[in-house]
Amino acid sequence: MNPLINYAFPNDLHVHWSMMIVLYPYITGIVAGAFIVSSLYHVFDVKALKPISRFSLLFALAFLTCATLPLLMHLGRPERNMNIMLTPNPSSAMAGFGYIYNLYGILLTLEILFIYRPTLVELRRKSKGMMEKVYMLLTFNSDNLSERAIALDNKIISFLAAIGIPMACVLHGYVGFIFGGVKANPIWASPLMPVIFLLSACVSGIAGIILVYAVIKKIKGEQVDIDCMRTCVNYLAGFFIIDFVFEMLEVFSHSYLNNWYHHSVDGLLWGPLYNSFWVAQVGIFSVIPLLILGWLCLTKVKDSVYRVAAPILGLMLLLQVLFMRWNVVIGGQLMSKSHRGYVTFHPEWFDKEGIISVLVIMALPLIVLFILSKIFPFWMDEETEAVR
Amino acid sequence: MDGEKIKSDTKLDKERRTFIKNVLSGSIAGSLLLVLPMGADLVLGDSSRPESDIPEQIPGIRGREWDMKAHRFAFIVDITRCIGCGSCCVADKREYQIPDGFYRTWVERYLKDYEDNVYVDSPDGGVNGYQTPRDDLDVKIRDTFFVPKLCNMCEYPSCVQVCPVGATFRSPDGFVLIDSKRCVGCAYCIQACPYSVRFLHPVTRTAEKCTWCYHRVRKGLLPACVHVCPTHARKFGDLNDEESEVAKILSGPGVLTVLKKDMGNHPSLYYKGLRREVV
Repeated sequence: MNPLINYAFPNDLHVHWSMMIVLYPYITGIVAGAFIVSSLYHVFDVKALKPISRFSLLFALAFLTCATLPLLMHLGRPERNMNIMLTPNPSSAMAGFGYIYNLYGILLTLEILFIYRPTLVELRRKSKGMMEKVYMLLTFNSDNLSERAIALDNKIISFLAAIGIPMACVLHGYVGFIFGGVKANPIWASPLMPVIFLLSACVSGIAGIILVYAVIKKIKGEQVDIDCMRTCVNYLAGFFIIDFVFEMLEVFSHSYLNNWYHHSVDGLLWGPLYNSFWVAQVGIFSVIPLLILGWLCLTKVKDSVYRVAAPILGLMLLLQVLFMRWNVVIGGQLMSKSHRGYVTFHPEWFDKEGIISVLVIMALPLIVLFILSKIFPFWMDEETEAVR
Repeated sequence: MDGEKIKSDTKLDKERRTFIKNVLSGSIAGSLLLVLPMGADLVLGDSSRPESDIPEQIPGIRGREWDMKAHRFAFIVDITRCIGCGSCCVADKREYQIPDGFYRTWVERYLKDYEDNVYVDSPDGGVNGYQTPRDDLDVKIRDTFFVPKLCNMCEYPSCVQVCPVGATFRSPDGFVLIDSKRCVGCAYCIQACPYSVRFLHPVTRTAEKCTWCYHRVRKGLLPACVHVCPTHARKFGDLNDEESEVAKILSGPGVLTVLKKDMGNHPSLYYKGLRREVV
């Protein structure tokens, strides 16, 4: 934009929601998406997803444990974070997060414990020392594996998985609404925002599982279950097509409405966000993956090729969602509410909300996942008895 | 004789010494008065000193209990009077010790050329006053004017709506205020304010904005910026007081506008003579 005409309100020069707030919806999105994968098996009985049905729950839990970290890093007064739950303002879209997050955390943990109960009872019998104590805690000291007990377990699991779907949707659709409810910002204020956030959450969750599943199997020198992988990619294609359509619909509507409010959005997308939106989010990480998805889903691709292509696709779509979060969160703040100009954002390396913090926070869920893998066996074939 | 002279000399010496002593202690005491901070608190908060030391600026407030429902305050900015001197910004910065780069109030300069291009700037929020013309423009300017900005004290404030902990609230007397002891510094209010009057204070790490000098108003004093404005471009008063200037302006025939009316926030900050270019 012409620097002579460019004018941002003096207080708009600060980008208050920086990379930590990019990570927050990114991580909760991965949680919600991963949960959907496991629900496809546990609720909708998509049998092909059985091999990763348990892994996806633990994957969700690993990311969920780290979901509040970026928020705490971002808050000006993190020591007061409990105020959000102690004195919530009912009219605030943000006030419900603490409750939704914790309820979801409880639900996810319970579901994992019930699904794993027979396994954990078995492991408790085999282990000694501290691990025995850990398994005792995780099974609530119950080793009842009678048919009746297992039948009850299964009922509880189905119930938890069923209410887990709307809760996962609420968890992430709600995060979208935190942005969608800001009327002062034309790129955020859209009823489509929760929908786009939810769909992109499913995309990032499935893509993350495909990638990490393939990487773990590669490290262990085992083969991925190709049926499971193909089913995942098919679901990924479905979610991503709808997600991408909505993302483009949003842009198209803005530019077609073309009122003074939306002029700033056009100027933003073709100005400061040109590279991260059109080149990265749309071009490299949406159009190319769409072509790959078409190739993988519609043609007969050899298993060996599929095993390499699917994780690459997963990585690309993970980046697509990351760029989308960036363009919404940071991008939205780059247009001044003066509607006369744009500001710039330069990420710092060593800032509290800087690049190093981002890398650490993104690495933490993987570390948590590693620790979980020492307690909960991820894969069915690692177990002595096949249960559910 | 000699003895007498000596006596008078010592007397003179003594007087001289006392004189010098007095001068010295006087000047030290005097300079101490200059050095010691004489904040508004000292003058107004001290019950041993009557408030009448400073003449009342808003009638009907002093000497009675504050009634939350009795007043309906309005702020009017008269664009046609503002000369862009920046006094209001200086007064505000002094009143609240706001660090550089953050603004509770600021003054924008609008320039318009013959092709209707609008050039707006506000270097340092206008705190230094607009003493020289813009030197980066090579166009013939048709028109120029200044627009002071501050909190709009909305009737339906977006900031209050979104604050997750209720730290930002609208008090019954119509002021949108922040409880900095409750604020978690999430900056949601900053995102929600359509007028960008909020910022995160770098020292307290909590949200901060213009309060229309609530602490002064409660003492019957005008907001600092209104008090110092040399051209009376900033006006403040109680709409329930029919004799107040703001009540007369608002009930009169002049053109008054609010900023971003379509946002539906219903500001209590009105602009007289506002131009369509202003956002």
